[in-house]
Amino acid sequence: MLKQIVRRLGTAIPSIIGVIIVTFLLTRVLPGDTAAYFAGPAATPQAIAEIKATLGLDQPLPVQFLAYVKDLATGNLGMSLTTGQPVFEDITARLPASAELTLLGLLISVLVSVPLGILAAVKQGSWIDHLCRIVATAGVSLPVFFTGLLLVYVFYYKLGWAPAPMGRLDFIYSAPDTVTGLYLIDSLLAGDIEVFRAAWSQIWLPAVTLAIFSLAPIARMTRASMLAVLASDFVRTARASGLKPSKVVMGYAFRNALLPVITTLGMVFSFLLGANVLVEKVFAWPGIGSYAIEALITSDYAPVQGFVLAMAILYVLLNLAIDILYGLVDPRVRLEA
Amino acid sequence: MNMHTTADHAGANHMQPPLLDVRDLTVEFATRRGTVRAVEKVDLTLAKGETLGIVGESGSGKSVTSYAVMRILDRAGRIAEGSIGFAGIDIGKASESDVRALRGREMSMIFQNPRAALNPIRKVGKQIEDVLIEHVQAQPSDAKEKAIEVLKAVRIARPEERYHAYPFELSGGMCQRIVIALALACRPQLLIADEPTTGLDVTTQKAVMDLVVELTRERNMSTILITHDLGLAAAYCDRVMVMEKGKVVETANAEAIFRAPQHPYTRKLMRATPRKGVSLRDLLPEDAAPAAAAPTAPVKGAGEPLLVVENLVKEYPRQAPTGGLAGLFGIKGAVADPFRAVDGISFSVARGESLGLVGESGCGKSTTSMMLMRLLDPTSGRIEFKGEELSAIPAKRFAGSPWRSRIQLVFQDPTDSLNPRYTAARAIADPLLRMGSGLAGAALRAKVEDLARLVGLPVNLLDRFPHQLSGGQKARVGIARAIAPDPELVILDEPTAALDVSVQAVVLNLLQELKQRLGMSYIFVSHDLEVVRMLCDRVIVMRSGRIVEEGATEAVMAAPKAEYTRELLSSIPHPPL
Amino acid sequence: MSLAVTETAPKDSLFSHARHIVAENPVTGIAFGLFALFALAALIGPYVVPVDPLASDTAAALQPPSAAHWFGTDQLGRDIFSRVVVAARLDMIIAVASVALVFVAGGFAGIASGYFGGWTDRIVGRVSDTIMAFPLFVLAMGIVAALGNTVTNIVIATAIINFPLYVRVARAEANIRREAGFVQAARLSGNSEMRILLGHIAPNILPIMMVQVSLTMGYAILNAAGLSFIGLGVRPPTPEWGIMVAEGASFIISGEWWIAFFPGVTLMLAVFCFNLLGDGLRDLVDPQRRT
Repeated sequence: MLKQIVRRLGTAIPSIIGVIIVTFLLTRVLPGDTAAYFAGPAATPQAIAEIKATLGLDQPLPVQFLAYVKDLATGNLGMSLTTGQPVFEDITARLPASAELTLLGLLISVLVSVPLGILAAVKQGSWIDHLCRIVATAGVSLPVFFTGLLLVYVFYYKLGWAPAPMGRLDFIYSAPDTVTGLYLIDSLLAGDIEVFRAAWSQIWLPAVTLAIFSLAPIARMTRASMLAVLASDFVRTARASGLKPSKVVMGYAFRNALLPVITTLGMVFSFLLGANVLVEKVFAWPGIGSYAIEALITSDYAPVQGFVLAMAILYVLLNLAIDILYGLVDPRVRLEA
Repeated sequence: MNMHTTADHAGANHMQPPLLDVRDLTVEFATRRGTVRAVEKVDLTLAKGETLGIVGESGSGKSVTSYAVMRILDRAGRIAEGSIGFAGIDIGKASESDVRALRGREMSMIFQNPRAALNPIRKVGKQIEDVLIEHVQAQPSDAKEKAIEVLKAVRIARPEERYHAYPFELSGGMCQRIVIALALACRPQLLIADEPTTGLDVTTQKAVMDLVVELTRERNMSTILITHDLGLAAAYCDRVMVMEKGKVVETANAEAIFRAPQHPYTRKLMRATPRKGVSLRDLLPEDAAPAAAAPTAPVKGAGEPLLVVENLVKEYPRQAPTGGLAGLFGIKGAVADPFRAVDGISFSVARGESLGLVGESGCGKSTTSMMLMRLLDPTSGRIEFKGEELSAIPAKRFAGSPWRSRIQLVFQDPTDSLNPRYTAARAIADPLLRMGSGLAGAALRAKVEDLARLVGLPVNLLDRFPHQLSGGQKARVGIARAIAPDPELVILDEPTAALDVSVQAVVLNLLQELKQRLGMSYIFVSHDLEVVRMLCDRVIVMRSGRIVEEGATEAVMAAPKAEYTRELLSSIPHPPL
Repeated sequence: MSLAVTETAPKDSLFSHARHIVAENPVTGIAFGLFALFALAALIGPYVVPVDPLASDTAAALQPPSAAHWFGTDQLGRDIFSRVVVAARLDMIIAVASVALVFVAGGFAGIASGYFGGWTDRIVGRVSDTIMAFPLFVLAMGIVAALGNTVTNIVIATAIINFPLYVRVARAEANIRREAGFVQAARLSGNSEMRILLGHIAPNILPIMMVQVSLTMGYAILNAAGLSFIGLGVRPPTPEWGIMVAEGASFIISGEWWIAFFPGVTLMLAVFCFNLLGDGLRDLVDPQRRT
C-alpha cells in the first residue's frame, strides 16, 4: 500500500514541474516591466537597468528559472505591497479559511448528490429522476456568484436566518485556538459551543452556495454510472442468484458505480477551487481567493502569483488523494501498479 | 418453503409432475415504436433430471423466455399472458420476495460472456459467499470454507488461492467455472444456461459443457440450454425446442429433430448448421434455386504459387516491470524476452487455391493475416507475392503501392468495418476512387451496381447507410468492397463469425461462387474447422504462433497427425447421428 | 444471382430522429427558442433598446422595476434592461471567439494525437496535462493578470482552459477509430493517412465535437462573466453581465435586488440554454440512443 502511494506521488512530479514552469512564465510576461514597476514612474532608464540587475532580470531565462525555483524551495514568494508581509506567510495564514469553506461545500454536495443520483438511477423515470436531471442541468448553469447573492438576499435580507455576509466570525467572538485552522473543528476541540455556532452561522450560506454549484456534476455522474452498472451483466447475475435488492444496489452496483464518480471528483475540485474565489468575494470570506482579488485590484502581482501557485499545488495534491482513493476501491488498478 | 423434501417425495412417486411447466407464455416489451411481443404463447415442460435445449437465431425470444422463467426481465419487459409453474409455485403471480428466495437456491442461471457476469471488483470467493449466506446455506463463520468446497466442486485447481482472485485475473474458461459455481452453490433443481460457451475457444467450450453435464447429472438437476448452435443442443440435450420470432416452431427429441425435422424453419436451420459430411450447397434451404452452375473462370496458371511466406515472425516487446525511482522517471526496465505472436511460419498459397488458417484465440492467426495484408510489419521473414518481395515495402507506405489492390480483406465484423457516414455505394466505390480505376460519375455508379449485383445486394439498398442495413447486407457490402479492385488474393478474417447460421450459409456460398467466377485465391481465417472443411482445399492449424499441422483439408480432418488437431476436432459438438 | 436476400433492415433518418427528440423532450425545443432570442439580441440589440445603456440620470437612480424601466435602474440611474440587452453582444462575442479558437486548435491537436500517437501524442498530452494541473478558473485569472486586463486576453484565457477538454474528446474519439475496421478498410482501399484522418475519421468525430462546442459555450460565458465579476477583463461602464452583477452585489444587502438580479438571471438563462442544446445534440448524435 505504502509502495503504491509512493508510486503515485511519483506521477504527481511531472504535474508539479509543469505548474512551476507555467507560473514562472506567467511572472515573466507580467504587464509592464517588473523593474519599471519597482522603480516607480519617475525612474530613469539607468535606474531601471540597475534594478533589473539587482533583481536578476538581466540574466538569461534558464538562470532566472533556477533562481525562481530556489526561491520557491525556500518558501520565498516575494512581498505583498498591500499587506507588507511575505506572500508565503499571508497565504498560509489564509489557507485554512478557504480550505474549511471548500471542504464543507464538497461535503454537503456529496451528501446530497450521491443519494440523489442513486435514487434517480434505481427509480428511473420517477419524479426523483426528473428532479435529478433538472438539478444536473440547472446546477451547472448557475453562475456561482449570482447564486451566492440570491441566497444572501433571501436568507439575510428577507428572512434574517443568516448574518451579514462579512467573513468567518462575527467581531464579538474571538477565534478559537488554532489547531487545524478550521474554526468549526477548532471550536469543538476547545469545547466552545458558542463559537462553533457563530462560525457555523457564518459558513453555512457560502458552503451551500458552493454545494449547489458542485452538486450537478456529481449527481449527473452518479446517476449515469449507476444506470450503466445496473444494466450490466454482473448485476443480472447477482439478481439471478437471488441476492437482496439492497445488496445488489449497494454492495454490487454502487461500489462499481463509485469509480467514475471518484474520477469526476477531480474535475469537481477544479471547479470548486475556482468557484471558491468568487464565493469568497461575495461573502467577504478572508481566504486566499479574496486575498488574490484584492491584490489584483491594486496591481500587486506577487500575491497573485503566489495564489496561482498555491492553488495549483493544492489541486495536484487533491488529485493525488483521489488517485489513491481510486486505487483503494478498484483492485484492478491496485494490482497493475 | 422446503422444496427439497417436496421434490424428493415426488421423486419416489413415478407419476411426478414436471418441475417446470410453462403455458401460453407471452412477454411484451415497451419500446419507442410501441409494444413488441418478444415471446408469444410459448408452452414448455421440463421433467426432473431432464435437459432441454432451446435453439433459435438472434431475436427468436429464446433468452427472453428464460428471463421470464427467472423473472429477471428488465424494466421494459413484462409477462403479458400465461403461467409459469415451477415445483408447484406460480412464478408469474408469486411475490417478488418469494421469487427471490427461489433464485439461486432452486433455480439458477449461467450467462454468456462469463467475465462480465462477475462483479469485477469483488473477490470471486466473496461472491460465492454472498449467495451462500443469502440463502442461509452458510454462516459468516463457515462461509469461506463452504465457498472453497463449491470451487472444488467445479474442478478448480488450487481453490484456496482462487478464492482470493478477482475476475480479471482469471481466464475466460475459469470465469465460466466460477459462474457455474455461483449458480450451483446452493444445489438448485433447475439450471438455465444461456449461451454458456459463446465466445470461448472450442476446447474450453467442450470442457465447460462437459462439466455442466457432469454436475447436473450427478445432482439429478433439470437443465435448459439456450443456444444458437443446433449441433451443441443436439449433442448435450434430451429434447430440443426450436424457436423463431418469439414462437415455438417445433419440439422433439434431440435425435428425431436431426433425423426428421418437421417444421420448414427447423429444416432450414438444421441444413444451415455446418456438420460432418456435407457440402456448402447442402447448407442452403432445399427450395433455394440451384445455382446456374456459376461460369467458372479458367484460372490462369492454376497451381503456380501466388504467395510464398518464409519464416515469418512478429515479436512484441514485453515490458518488464519497472520499479522504484526508474519507474518514477519513466525509465523502462530492462527489456525482457519479447513475446512472439507469430513464431517463424512458412507456407504458400497457389493461384486459385483456398487455404484455411485455423486456431484458437491467441494462436497468431489474426496477426498473420494483418501481416499478409501489409497492415502490420513483420519482425523478420519474407512475404513474396508473384515473385515480388512485399515485406520490403513498409506497411505505412503500402497504401500507395500498386500491389495494394492485389490483396484485399473481408473483415470479421461487418458493422465495424463500414464507415458509418458512408453509404453502401460510397463504401464500395472507395477503393475504385483511391486506386486509380479512373472511373467517375455514371461509369463509377454502373461499376458499383455491377459489384452489388455480383454479391447479391439489391441495387436499391446502395444509397443506405450501414445502420439501415441488416448484418447479412453489411457483409455483402464488405465483400463487394474487397473484390472491387479485382484482387488476386482475398483474406477472409472470420467473415461469418458475427452472423446467424442461416445468413452464414448464404454468405459462405456466395464467397465460394465468387471465387469460382473471378478466379481468386482465398486465405480463410477461422476457428471453425467444419466451415473450413467446406470452403478450403488445404488447411494450416496454428497454435502459439507456430504451425502444428498442414495438409489437404479432407486428409487432416480424417486423419489428424498432431495431438492438438485431434483435440480441436474432438471438441466440435456432434449431433447424435 | 440466386442468393437474393430477404432480410429487412430498419429505416431511420436523422431528421425524423431530430423530430422524435424534440417531441420526447420539449425542453430542447425551448432551448432552441432561447438561443434564437439571444442571437437576435446580440445581432440587433444595440439598435432597438429603448434607452442609451450608458446614459446616467442620477435623479432616477436605484429605481425598482417599473413600466418606464422594466428592470429598474442602477446607482447611476442607467436603464438596466437596455444594458442587459446590449451586453448580449459582448458576452456572445467572447464565448463564440474563444470556442472557435479552441475548437480549431484543440480539435486538430486532439485528432492528430489520437490518430498518430507517438511524439505528437506525448507533446499534446503533456501540454494539456499541465493546463489541467491548475484549477481552471484560477489559471484563467493568472493568464489574464499576466497578459493584461483586456477582452482579447479573456478570450485567449478561456480558450486555453478549454483546450484540454477538446483535446481529450477528439483524442479519445480518434484513438478508438484508429484501428476500427472501417479505417483498416480505408487503408486497404489505398487511402493515404492524411486522407483517412480528414476524410474518414474527422467526419465521424465532428458530431461529438459539436456537442462539446455547445456545452463549452455555456462554460465560456460563465468563465468570462466570472472574470469580469472579480474585476478582470471588461471594465465599467461597458455593459457586461458579470460586471453588472458585481456592481449590484453591494446593493443586495440593502435590498436593491434588481441591479444584480436581472443580469444574473440573463446570464444563467444563456448558460442554461447552451447546456440544454448540448444535451439535445448529444441525444441526436449518440448512437446508443438511436434505436
